[in-house]
Parts: sequence; structure tokens; C-alpha cells
Amino acid sequence: MGRVVLSPVQRVALARHARLRFDKLRDRWILLVPEKVMVPDAICVEILQLCDGARSIGDIVNTLSKKYVADPGIIEGDVLSILQSLADKSCLQIATAAEGAA
Amino acid sequence: MSADDFRIIAPEGAAPTAYGLPLAVLAELTHRCPLQCPYCSNPLELETSGAELTTEEWCRVMTELADLGVLQIHFSGGEPAVRKDLVALVRHATEVGLYSNLITSGVMLTKARLVELADAGLAHVQISFQGAEPGVADRVGGFRGGHAKKLEVARWARALDLPLTVNAVVHRQNLHQLPALIDLSVELGAARMEVAHVQYYGWALKNRQALMPTREQLDVATELVEAARARLRGVLEIDYVIPDYYARQPKQCMGGWGRQFFNISPSGKVLPCHAAETITGLRFDSVRDHPLEWIWHNSDAFNCYRGTGWMPEPCRSCDLREVDFGGCRCQAFALTGNAANADPACAKSARHRELFQLAEAESAATPEGFLYRNFSGGSRERR
Ligand code: SF4
Ligand code: SF4
Repeated sequence: MGRVVLSPVQRVALARHARLRFDKLRDRWILLVPEKVMVPDAICVEILQLCDGARSIGDIVNTLSKKYVADPGIIEGDVLSILQSLADKSCLQIATAAEGAA
Repeated sequence: MSADDFRIIAPEGAAPTAYGLPLAVLAELTHRCPLQCPYCSNPLELETSGAELTTEEWCRVMTELADLGVLQIHFSGGEPAVRKDLVALVRHATEVGLYSNLITSGVMLTKARLVELADAGLAHVQISFQGAEPGVADRVGGFRGGHAKKLEVARWARALDLPLTVNAVVHRQNLHQLPALIDLSVELGAARMEVAHVQYYGWALKNRQALMPTREQLDVATELVEAARARLRGVLEIDYVIPDYYARQPKQCMGGWGRQFFNISPSGKVLPCHAAETITGLRFDSVRDHPLEWIWHNSDAFNCYRGTGWMPEPCRSCDLREVDFGGCRCQAFALTGNAANADPACAKSARHRELFQLAEAESAATPEGFLYRNFSGGSRERR
């Protein structure tokens, strides 16, 4: 398997071993992966909550740019860079638009 | 643990503290293991099966862990699969919301048991490899047929879609197989690999002469890992632990003593790190005697090296004292007799040069036969 380079047509969801949860004691969102505890920032949490395997990355960008009344081009760059870095850590399941959600 | 874990994760706006809530726990379910690795991180004095915590005790402990703020539990050993109740323990971890990881040699797992573990909510599996092929691997592990079995188990895990980390402890006698170990990890479908040079305390200290890599081997290995990381970006993530004896700066061991991790021994002793028992004179508290929350805040073994107040020079006045916390206490104790001293891996330690020379001399000598790890104080390899 080679490296997957993400594009707006792909649909992504968190991989089975990457678990996003709210930690009451620390009052923060936490992303758990093997051997690591990551603390995603607010925008990253929002993106991850939209990554349901049904929406495409393009859909996520549209949703966010409407919500924040922001330039979709800029939002797309941010979303892709955050998701690509998670994909490179194998935290994401990825399906292209043609396939069913993984 | 990775460097990212070092920062204390506290609620936004909270006042800074010397230590945080514990994030992750290494649960050593047993010291029993069919393998006999000469660098095993278990203590020389292994705990017997009769002393082990029961299923009920572990379940109570896991509930307490979750309440205390622990997020991840690494089931380890010895070989955790020796425990007949492993599936039940993983299930309980899932029920109380702990992220579970199984650190195993693999040799005792069956396909059916892996299915049960996956169903119980196991999040991740880490399998150790002692070499890239049976000749070296089975000799180092002291267990014939082990390597072949590990390959089978790793393939089952991936077929079940369990995420896999290949753990490779490397040393003078298997470093030549590092390229093949990296290829093997990719071939097995592991998303992560740990390449860890041996850390010398306990069993490994007894086998140091046979395990110490040459400086040249180390440099080659470091270059190989760098190149593989670049080549395999997005395919295989490689964590790399360098050998202290050739380092100039020590590791921030455990992210700082008692800051956010701990270890529970098979009989329930709560240890700031898995090698802490090598420091003689420390007193450890047991989950059988106190609630975990009490232990985390009050156990002397934790408080004695928390923060920086206990440090003598050169650490006391060093700018890096809150970066690496003076390195590894166990190594400082093993090499200087005082756990509070700077870890000799540090260039500022009075023992640093000596350490370097010792490593060079030992790595150049003909290796002795291994002293295999077992319950009878070790057995010398016959060659
Ligand atoms: S290091 Fe080797 S001997 Fe020690 S517990 Fe792990 S597999 Fe067993
Ligand atoms: S002197 Fe102590 S604190 Fe400073 S770098 Fe060395 S070990 Fe770390």
C-alpha cells in the first residue's frame, strides 16, 4: 500500500484505532492513537466530527465555509492539510467518491 | 512514549502543576513468558504466578484508573496472553472507557482468541520481533519456532483489521537485519514500527557486553531509519529510540518521573517506570493496600523524584532541567549508585566520557553468550 494523497472527492472517517472523545476531567477533546494522546484544537475537532465516512472532504469544506462565511479555497487548504497529516499517521479510513464508505 | 506526550494536558486556563493526571498505564499482567530475551525489561527478581492480581482485582483497578483520568492501558508482561482472563480484562477496559493496547510476543495467541480480543474492543496490537528471520530471532528470544508463529499471528491480526505495530528491539547481534525488519513491517501491513535500541538496566545490563552496538552500527541504523521514514511516509510510521551510551543528551524518560505515566506490576505494585525496582531503597505502594488515587498523589516512590527540587548539580542549575528532568533515574542509579544524579547519558555528567568509552570497548570485544531471562536467575547460552 502506498501513501494516499487526499483530494476533495474522498470521503474519510477516523480509523478504528483512532478514537476521539471528550475528556471530562481535563475538559478537552482528546484523540487517542496507539502510544500517543493527541490534543486536537477546536477546528480540528470540528473537522473530525464531520468525518463520518459519508461526507466527502469537499462537503466538509462547504459546510465549514458556509458556517464561518469564509473563502472555500482557504478552508479547503486548511482541511486538507489537517486531514493529510492524520492520514500520514494512518489515523484515517479513506474511500474515494465512487466506492462505498469504508 | 512519544515526545508529544510530554506536555501536561490540563483544562484550559488551569494553573501549571508539577505533575498532571496520569494519561497512560502499563499493566504488567504477569511476568511469565515463554521467551527469554536477554534484554527483557522485567526485573531480575520475577514475580511468580501465585502473587499475581486476580481478575477481580484487575477489574477494580481498571475502574479506578478510568476514574483517575487514565486514557490508555497497555496490557503487557511478561507475556500477557499467558493470563487466561485476558479477553475479560480487555472487555472490562473497554467498558470503563480505556483505550487498550496489547503488547505481546504473539507466540501464545490463537486466531480464535484474537477474534475474541477484537470483539472485546481491543484497539491495537503490538508484536515484538527479535530478528527478521528465524535464525537470529529464535536465538535471541530463546524460543524455537517463535518467529514463524509471530508472522502467523501478525497476519491474523491484520486480517481482522486490528492495527499493528511491529516492535523491534535492536542491538549488536541483530542490527544487520534492520533493513529486512523494516521491509517485514511493511509486508505485514503494520502502520507503525518501533525501532528501539536496548536500554541497559536489569537483564540487559547483565547482557550489555553481548548487546552493545558499535558506533558504526548505530550510525548506519540511524541513517537507515531516516531514509525509511522519508521513503515510507504515509505507509509506515517509525519511532526510533537511540542508545543512551552514545547519546550526548539524555531522554526525557517517561516524560518525567511521576508526571503522567505509571506501571503496575503483576502483584499490584505501582511503579513510576517499569524499571523502577532496579533502584534499591525505593518503597512502592500496592493497589492491594491503597486506592490508586491515593498512590498517585502520595506514594513516596513517586514524590521523591517529581519536579526538580531533588536535583543535585549539574542538573540543578541546568537550563534543560524541565526539558529532560535529568534523564533516566534507573540508569543514573545503575551507573552512579545514586538515582538523583544526572543520567550519565548527559554530556554534563562526570561519568559521561567513561560511559562512551565503555560502550566502545564492549562493542569491540567478542560477545559473550547470552544470559537468558528466566525465573531461576538466568541461564547462560551454550554455544
Ligand atoms: S522481552 Fe522477551 S522475555 Fe521479556 S517479556 Fe518480552 S518477550 Fe518475554
Ligand atoms: S545536566 Fe541534567 S538537566 Fe541538564 S541536560 Fe544533563 S541531565 Fe538534563
